[in-house]
Amino acid sequence: MTRHLLSIDDLSVDDMTTVFDTAAEMHDVQRREVKKLPALRGRTVINLFFEDSTRTRSSFEIAGKWLSADTVNITGKGSSASKGESLRDTVRTICAMGVDALVMRHSASGAALQVSQWVDAVVINAGDGTHEHPTQALLDAYTLRQRLGSLEGRHVVMVGDLTHSRVFRSNVKSLTRLGARLTVVAPPTLMPSGIGAWSKEAGFETSYDLDAVLPDADAVMMLRVQRERMAGGFFPSAREYAVGYGLTRDRLATLGADAPILHPGPMNRGLEIAADAADAAQSVVLDQVSAGVAVRMSLLYHLLAGGDVS
Amino acid sequence: MSPTEGPAERPAERTVLDARDISRALTRISHEILERNKGSADLYLLGLHTRGVPLAHRIGERIAAVEGHEVPVGSLDVTMYRDDLRSQPTRSPHKTSVPGGIDGRVVVLVDDVLFSGRTVRAALDALNDLGRPASVRLAVLVDRGHRELPIRADHVGKNLPSALAERVSVHLSETDGDDGVVIA
Repeated sequence: MTRHLLSIDDLSVDDMTTVFDTAAEMHDVQRREVKKLPALRGRTVINLFFEDSTRTRSSFEIAGKWLSADTVNITGKGSSASKGESLRDTVRTICAMGVDALVMRHSASGAALQVSQWVDAVVINAGDGTHEHPTQALLDAYTLRQRLGSLEGRHVVMVGDLTHSRVFRSNVKSLTRLGARLTVVAPPTLMPSGIGAWSKEAGFETSYDLDAVLPDADAVMMLRVQRERMAGGFFPSAREYAVGYGLTRDRLATLGADAPILHPGPMNRGLEIAADAADAAQSVVLDQVSAGVAVRMSLLYHLLAGGDVS
Repeated sequence: MSPTEGPAERPAERTVLDARDISRALTRISHEILERNKGSADLYLLGLHTRGVPLAHRIGERIAAVEGHEVPVGSLDVTMYRDDLRSQPTRSPHKTSVPGGIDGRVVVLVDDVLFSGRTVRAALDALNDLGRPASVRLAVLVDRGHRELPIRADHVGKNLPSALAERVSVHLSETDGDDGVVIA
C-alpha cells in the first residue's frame, strides 16, 4: 500500500479492494458495545483543517479513536496560520511534536502533496481545493458496493457542480477503475473545461440532460451546489438549477426503485436534492456517513499500523 | 541418493497426524469439553482464524451429535490485537462473528497450533472487547511447545515436541483441500 494518500491515483484496484474488505470488518466494530481496537495504540493523528468541515473531520477523529490512536484537531481559524505563519512552518512545527499522521484539508489544490514533501508523517488528503477528496470517493464506492454488490458494469450517474468538485474528480478515478459505467451530468457552465479529452481517456460519458440518463441509472450521486456560485454567474437562480439539474420529486419517479441515491453532504434541500429524494427509502446518505468511519478506520489501519516495509 | 531426485536440500517432511488421527483427536476433545463442562450448557465454541474456525465447527458437529442439539460456534480474528503489528506489513483482518454474544458463556477458544501463546494472548484481549464470558478455555489440535507467555491449553489433540527451527503445518480440507499435520 501507498505511504501517503494524496489522490486515488495512489491506490491500485487491489489496494482499494483491500481497503473495502477491511472496512467491512470495521463496520462490524461500529455495531459493538465496545467500539475499540488496539491497533493504533500509541500513534498520534493530527486533523489539520484549514477549511470548514463537520463530517470529514469528526469521521477521521472517531476512526482514529476507535483504533486507539491519539487524535488532535487543529482548525485553520485560531491556529498560528491566522497569525500569518506559513503552511510550511505550521506543518513542520506540528510534526516536530512527534506526529505519525497528518490528515489535511486545505483550499489550495495540491496542498497535501506539497506538505507530504515537507514532513516525515504520513499525509492523508481530506480535500485539497478543487483537486481531490480520496477518502470521500472510497466511502462512496464502498457504499455502492454494499448496495450493488460489484460495481462492474453498473451505471452510476453523477450530477452537480463538476467544475468545482474535488469529490467528482476523485470519484471519476475510483469508479471507472472499479469497472463502473459512469455518466456525469452538469449544466454547460459547470462542466469543467477539457472534460472531453478526459472522458475519452478515462472512459466515461458526459451529458447536459439529466432526464435522459436518469431512468438508466443503477445509482445516482448528487453533488452539492454551493449557493455562492450563483454570484459567479454559473447559474441564474437556485430555482432554475433545481428545475434543470436537481433530483426533484418528478425525477425521483423516473429513477429505478432500487437505485441508491448518494450525496456527500451537506445537502441543500430544495436545490440539488428535493426532500422527497433525500428522505426516500433508497437514499443512502446516512449509510455513507457510517461507511465513512469504517473506510477511514481501514485506511488509518493500513497506512499506520504496519511496520516500515522497506 | 542421486542429486536429480528432487528437493534433496529440503528437510524431510513428516506426517504426524493423518485425517483419521485428526478426526479421533477432535472426537476426544469434544468429549473432554463436554465432560469438563458437565454437558453443553452455556458452551460457546470460538474458532481463531484461519484454521481454528473449521476446527471449531467440527467440534461443534461432534458435540451436537452427542448432545442432540446445536452449540453456538463463532469466529474470532485477532489481527488488530497482535503484539507484532509493527514488525510486519499490515494484514487484512478476517470476520469476527459472535452470534448471540458471549456474555456469561463458557467460551472455548479453538486453534490449530499452540506455539508461543501470543495469538491466545491477543484472543483474550479481543474477548475483553466483545463481552464478559463466565470462563474461557483453550482447545488446540497440536501443542508444539516453546511458549513465550504463561499460557496453557485445556484440551490438546496431540503434544508434539518440536525444535524451534521446525515448521508445523496443519492442513484442513476446508482451507487446504486435505487433512493432515506435517512437521518439516
